[in-house]
Amino acid sequence: MPFLEFSNVDYSYPSGDDGYIQALKSVSLAVERGEFVALVGCNGSGKSTLARLANGLILPDYGVVSVDGKSTAEKSNLYEIRKKIGVVFQNPDNQMVTTIVEDDVAFGPENLGLPPAEIRERVDWALDCVGMRDYATSGPTRLSGGQKQRVAIAGVLAIKPELMILDEATGMLDPDGRKEVLDVVTRLNRKENMAVVMITHFMEEAAQADRIIILDRGGVTADGGRELFQTPEVFTRAGLDLPVYVRVAQRLKSAGADIGCPLSVQDFVAQAARAVKGGGERRD
Amino acid sequence: MRDMTIGQYYPSNSVVHRADPRFKLLILILFIVTVFFCESFFSFGFMTFFVIVTILLARVPILKVLKGLKMIIIIVLITTLLMTVFYTDPNSKPLAEWGIFHIYLNGIYAAIKLAWRLLLLVLMPTVLTLTSTPTELCDGLESLLSPLKKIKFPVHELALIMSIALRLIPTLIEETDKIMNAQKARGAAFESRNPFKKIKAMLPVLIPLFVSSFRRADDLADAMDSRCYRGAKGRTRMKKLHCRVSDVVALLFWCAVTVCVLFLNYNWFGWGFIAVLGL
Repeated sequence: MPFLEFSNVDYSYPSGDDGYIQALKSVSLAVERGEFVALVGCNGSGKSTLARLANGLILPDYGVVSVDGKSTAEKSNLYEIRKKIGVVFQNPDNQMVTTIVEDDVAFGPENLGLPPAEIRERVDWALDCVGMRDYATSGPTRLSGGQKQRVAIAGVLAIKPELMILDEATGMLDPDGRKEVLDVVTRLNRKENMAVVMITHFMEEAAQADRIIILDRGGVTADGGRELFQTPEVFTRAGLDLPVYVRVAQRLKSAGADIGCPLSVQDFVAQAARAVKGGGERRD
Repeated sequence: MRDMTIGQYYPSNSVVHRADPRFKLLILILFIVTVFFCESFFSFGFMTFFVIVTILLARVPILKVLKGLKMIIIIVLITTLLMTVFYTDPNSKPLAEWGIFHIYLNGIYAAIKLAWRLLLLVLMPTVLTLTSTPTELCDGLESLLSPLKKIKFPVHELALIMSIALRLIPTLIEETDKIMNAQKARGAAFESRNPFKKIKAMLPVLIPLFVSSFRRADDLADAMDSRCYRGAKGRTRMKKLHCRVSDVVALLFWCAVTVCVLFLNYNWFGWGFIAVLGL
């Protein structure tokens, strides 16, 4: 049984006077423990709706969302589900409950009713994980966007969920902040074996994931590993831009120099260098 | 707008910072009551002395404390002025008179006392918020009000609302600045001298502020739900409040101050000099 499972989920929300907008149409997908999934799609593709369905903030009109075999439709399951699935939202300012970093991180474990000593331990651990221990007693107003979002991640982490969903958590950050958050999340997945679902429209971020799910107008149009980047049509059809290095590699391929499919700038440089050297040797 | 000091914690490790927030709140209540008991200049001076001692013990920069006063200085000035010119004393002759305005010696004294009282009333809460985090204050309040839980009063919810309100003050100030700049860029005039025009110009600021506040509240509620919040049910605290001997001593000390003020006010023992100094 998969850890997080959507089966035939429909969801629509009222919009204006003219009825409803169908955000999701019979979506079925599953995420296993320890996976690192990127969920990509352009605005209005329903990706944020998916995040809110996963921990029962909203309920599907049709179909079932279940976590560890428990349906979100059952109200008594929600507390257990939210212990297992943590969600980090887009705006770090709207996720902080108090004015001191460590107090905010403690909010989750306090809700779990843990003894004070264990809460302390978890808060210190979570702040260490995101590299914000030095700021434990400062106020969030003095932090940068990336730092605030790391605190928000620590706040979710302190609950020790098995799956963390980042709902465009890097959307409001500058490139440095995005990298900070991405590094933290990647490390958590590798070291703590925490499953991660990263909702994003930055393809460079999606390329870090082991599995990519493409959402287009409320439906899943592609679901696979990084090899998806070799079929760029699936991205462009969903209105998504490929990373620059992937596009350059494609142009090179159509010009007769196949360097494979790079997954990061470093990858691209390495593959291109190998191809150039290889080409040079042949010319000799 | 950015100079709001109330609700801003100044991190330090002083005696006042480390004190139990429950006792700090109790002392504040006692202090406020005592300030209203103050009648003579002698008792005002006496109270001011202990406020200064508290500020020194708290090791917060004086400038930070004075910033808290900046907000009310206009109110103090206006009330002082009105008190001076409208005070009537049938038992003595006025020092000066213009139509309906009279200045009496006792009027001046009463006005100074009023200003002094207002300043004291703002100083101590400022010191309290500078030396305790909102979480500490809320925990303290919750603990002090916990007997009310017996009559089903939502103590935890009240404390949480207060905490979130304090937390959002700086955010909303920032937001107001942003919206005002956005409206200025569209040609809104906030610098008008006409107060009615000024109020009218604030309307296009307030409405977006309202809308975004509701959105923020929604987001925050989602984030809290996602972090397993279920109200007070089964909730524990990371930082337990500890009451130390020093806290009890401080409270007893302030009780003694209150008693002293009562003595200084009334010439119970026929001490003539206090009556003279007390004016």
